Amino acid sequence: MVNLIWVFMAAGGIVFAMFNGTMAEVNEELFQTADDAVMLSISLMSVLVFWLGLMRIAEKAGLLEILARFFRPLIRRLFPDIPDDHPAMGYILSNISANLFGLGNAATPMGIKAMEEMKKLQPDSDEASRSMITFLAINTSSVTLIPTTVIAIRMKYESIAPTEIVATTIVATLISTFGAIMVDRFFYSLRERRIK
Amino acid sequence: MQWLTTVSTWMIPLIILLVLVVGTVKQVPTYETFVEGGKEGIKMAVSLIPFLLGMMVAIAIFRASGAMEAVVGLFSPLLQLVGVPSDIVPLALVRPISGTAALGMTTEIIGTHGPDSFLGRLASTMQGSTDTTLYIITVYFGAVGIKRMGDALKVGLIADFIGIIASIIVVSIVFG
Repeated sequence: MVNLIWVFMAAGGIVFAMFNGTMAEVNEELFQTADDAVMLSISLMSVLVFWLGLMRIAEKAGLLEILARFFRPLIRRLFPDIPDDHPAMGYILSNISANLFGLGNAATPMGIKAMEEMKKLQPDSDEASRSMITFLAINTSSVTLIPTTVIAIRMKYESIAPTEIVATTIVATLISTFGAIMVDRFFYSLRERRIK
Repeated sequence: MQWLTTVSTWMIPLIILLVLVVGTVKQVPTYETFVEGGKEGIKMAVSLIPFLLGMMVAIAIFRASGAMEAVVGLFSPLLQLVGVPSDIVPLALVRPISGTAALGMTTEIIGTHGPDSFLGRLASTMQGSTDTTLYIITVYFGAVGIKRMGDALKVGLIADFIGIIASIIVVSIVFG
């Protein structure tokens, strides 16, 4: 699926450029973006090193375990195939909390780490597990309490009430996250039925 | 509303403080542990480069060629039919694909129509309430070497659609 989308965008874009007369733009954008992608990965390095370092201390100090224990009843329902005391739980919760408070740069490292821990549950498979898909669904629907970037843009354009969209964002985010979990459950049950 | 800004500025330093204090109390070798965990970050960032580069370049070709605009134009009537205002259609379609493009569009909508207009509020809500599905899938699955994604992409995109519709309904009810 991802191969198809990838080829559709790249090949489709090139074919389109033939007829649209935008080949020069494509050429320029192509290598500029390749450059940007490397810069983005490198700039991710700083937050990755920082947060993974700090979270390692938190893990060893037992803080992640406390966090996981506190939310266990809820999180166990969402991720039934992760064992109770598995470190993945702590990282999933850290990722969700970081998202909640709009700490985007902390959320990504913890999300990757959570994925890595979930991968350890099935070391020989390169297929996304049930929990991974659920985790991804929750992340793409972005549970946020404080949309910091948007508030900053609204301030820049001199909004009378830059934060008035906080409430609508929270409601919309709750609906989409709930929807994401439902859709995820639906596809999971389809998969299960196919196996039987 | 000042407290919101205060909360976000204080949050990270306080988390750092908490982790360091608890770590010291529990006799964790804090600095060494930090370095050990941080090393992992370097490996991760480097292994992300091909995934991000491949995906971002494809999106760039798609956008620079004008194909993205054409596809957006193609889907516009369909989305308008469901009640999406025409000015918001490009943002709704691009939001799951490209975070930077979406942020640019949101900024533009807020700039042209004003942050306190209906469209400005709607774009703000939409931008805040969903995330870039393609980016998250690329980064999260790329970093740990998941090749077969199962239903992940489908679930993510449907969730985005739900988020967009939810934003429109909620903003219409609250500010309509």
